[in-house]
Amino acid sequence: MSKGPKEAGMTLIVKTITRLTVGLILLYGIYIVTHGHLTPGGGFAGGVIIALSFIHLTLAFGKEVALKKLSKEGTSILDSLGALIFLAIAILGFTGGYFFLNFINKGVPFRLLSAGIIPLCNIAIALKVGAGLFAIFMGLVFLKILDKDKK
Amino acid sequence: MSILPLFVAIPLAGAFLTSLLGRRFKGLPDILSNLCTASLCVISIVSIGMVRGGSTLVYKLGGWMPPIGISLVLDGFSSFMLVTVNLVALLVNIYSINYMLRYTAKWKFYTLFLLMIAGMNGVVITGDLFNLYVFLEIAAIASYALVAFGIEHEELEASFKYAVMGSIASSFILLGIIFLYSYTSTLNMADIGRVLLDKGPGRIIGFIIPMFIFGFGLKAALVPFHAWLPDAHPAAPAPISAMLSGVLIKSLGVYALCRILFNVIGVGESLSLVLMFLGAISMVVGVFLAVGQWDLKRLLAYHSISQIGYVILGIGLGTPLGILGGLFHLFNHSIFKSLLFLNSGSVEYATGTRDLQKMGGLASKMPVTGTTNLIASMSIAGIPPFNGFWSKLIIIIAAVQAGRFGYAFWAVLASILTLASFMKVMKYGFYGKLNEAFNNIKEVPLFMRLSVVILAIICVAGGLLLLNGIFLEGARDVLLNGTKYAAVVLRAVK
Repeated sequence: MSKGPKEAGMTLIVKTITRLTVGLILLYGIYIVTHGHLTPGGGFAGGVIIALSFIHLTLAFGKEVALKKLSKEGTSILDSLGALIFLAIAILGFTGGYFFLNFINKGVPFRLLSAGIIPLCNIAIALKVGAGLFAIFMGLVFLKILDKDKK
Repeated sequence: MSILPLFVAIPLAGAFLTSLLGRRFKGLPDILSNLCTASLCVISIVSIGMVRGGSTLVYKLGGWMPPIGISLVLDGFSSFMLVTVNLVALLVNIYSINYMLRYTAKWKFYTLFLLMIAGMNGVVITGDLFNLYVFLEIAAIASYALVAFGIEHEELEASFKYAVMGSIASSFILLGIIFLYSYTSTLNMADIGRVLLDKGPGRIIGFIIPMFIFGFGLKAALVPFHAWLPDAHPAAPAPISAMLSGVLIKSLGVYALCRILFNVIGVGESLSLVLMFLGAISMVVGVFLAVGQWDLKRLLAYHSISQIGYVILGIGLGTPLGILGGLFHLFNHSIFKSLLFLNSGSVEYATGTRDLQKMGGLASKMPVTGTTNLIASMSIAGIPPFNGFWSKLIIIIAAVQAGRFGYAFWAVLASILTLASFMKVMKYGFYGKLNEAFNNIKEVPLFMRLSVVILAIICVAGGLLLLNGIFLEGARDVLLNGTKYAAVVLRAVK
């Protein structure tokens, strides 16, 4: 990575390791989310891991790099979308007569595509939790900067 | 398709759509949130008809049978609270259209506001104890953020104090739920009631009840636990003060406390004494602290403590008349106190001050605000024929009938002191000589006037509710039935 004038963050060692691992962390988060109905974990845990990969970027490279990948507005949109998708799944249950009814065919247990709405709910929760946690972290970072400016 | 889940689904959908689209489309948050609260108000009024004659509706979420799945329960008491919450929410929302222009980022306000409504409706409609805790936290956390909405020094301090105390209360509630779960092995409220009847109340119930009284008592701002309220109410924007005082402390505090103590655990003689004592002490201490205040909103905040005391005293009496009076006062208080807080917001909107000593003669410049404030003041002080008079009268008669002459005396005394302190508000604030600085103030904009006028009309006509029994007596019967709640709900499931 070239050394621009705005480049902040930690030393070369940390940056190199981060470059190697950050994709893996994101991928692991996605794995935890999509296998939420089969293995331990799920939407919340996976969402936290996905958020951690972005937070990892922030810590190693500074907030500009992380915000280029996922802007503040983008975070807010994903956060609201996650909640809306979850609610939409719940309301679609009315097609079968009940709020939150598992209206999709449940399939064969222990296959990736099974358990009806549960994987979809996990994805919605992961969006909400991941975006929400990243937004909270960025909020704290900005608060810290404002505090420094005052001093 | 049942309407029960809509009480939670509509405000949640409104909240997240507002946060998604509100930043881009300027007028949208106003329209969307008013549509949400208006439809909630309509379906809550429809729900009165659904529970007519003491019937109970149970909704199985996702089609799962209740002791395992989560259930929503609509009975007379829930329906009564839903009408109270959503009626006040609608009028406060209409008021906010103009008022919240003083702040930036109106859409953030509406998002939090609708989340708070979703939480309160959820607390009222749920039949599952842990679900109640989750909704309680949604409403409480939204309200912490709303108290801090102005992000000035005073607001942040009040919000932090409120958040710390509220979280401690929530922890105690959670601990109480954990103990109850460990004793009964179920979280469904009706099922807990059934198990407690079968198993008999063990020694642990004596440990759980104080936790609930402390936790929900803090949310309801009963006197030993009231310290957060006089800071949080004045610091919040006026519509939020109206919501906090009008419905939040009632749905999270009084409703949840009564539902659990009366319908799940069961109220004995000693518990009834504790409730009456807490009610009476809140009533008297609140009003004594209120009389000396010069900050208009802080004065109103102390009166909230005092009036909640009346509600708890009435319900704690445990007689049919006492419970009726307490519930009626709960409804009336939510109407006149939100009117008073909205008017204090109007005064601040026009003059920029909340200090009674700096006001004076505002009634000549702001006739609508002055008149509606007079009506609300007389309602809260218990002057006939306004609604506050009838509910206080019923509570006092009920106390005398039950042989509690001491409590009846304190109720009368607190009422007289309330009258004194509202005479002070009217004299210093609205009548007398006009302060020179306020020569060119104007009456507040249309939507703010509309909302306070509707509230004032309800204050005048509120006494008529006593003539038609469905609304209040449905709620009273649920509390009177006590632990029969379990059998009623479990029968309605099948």
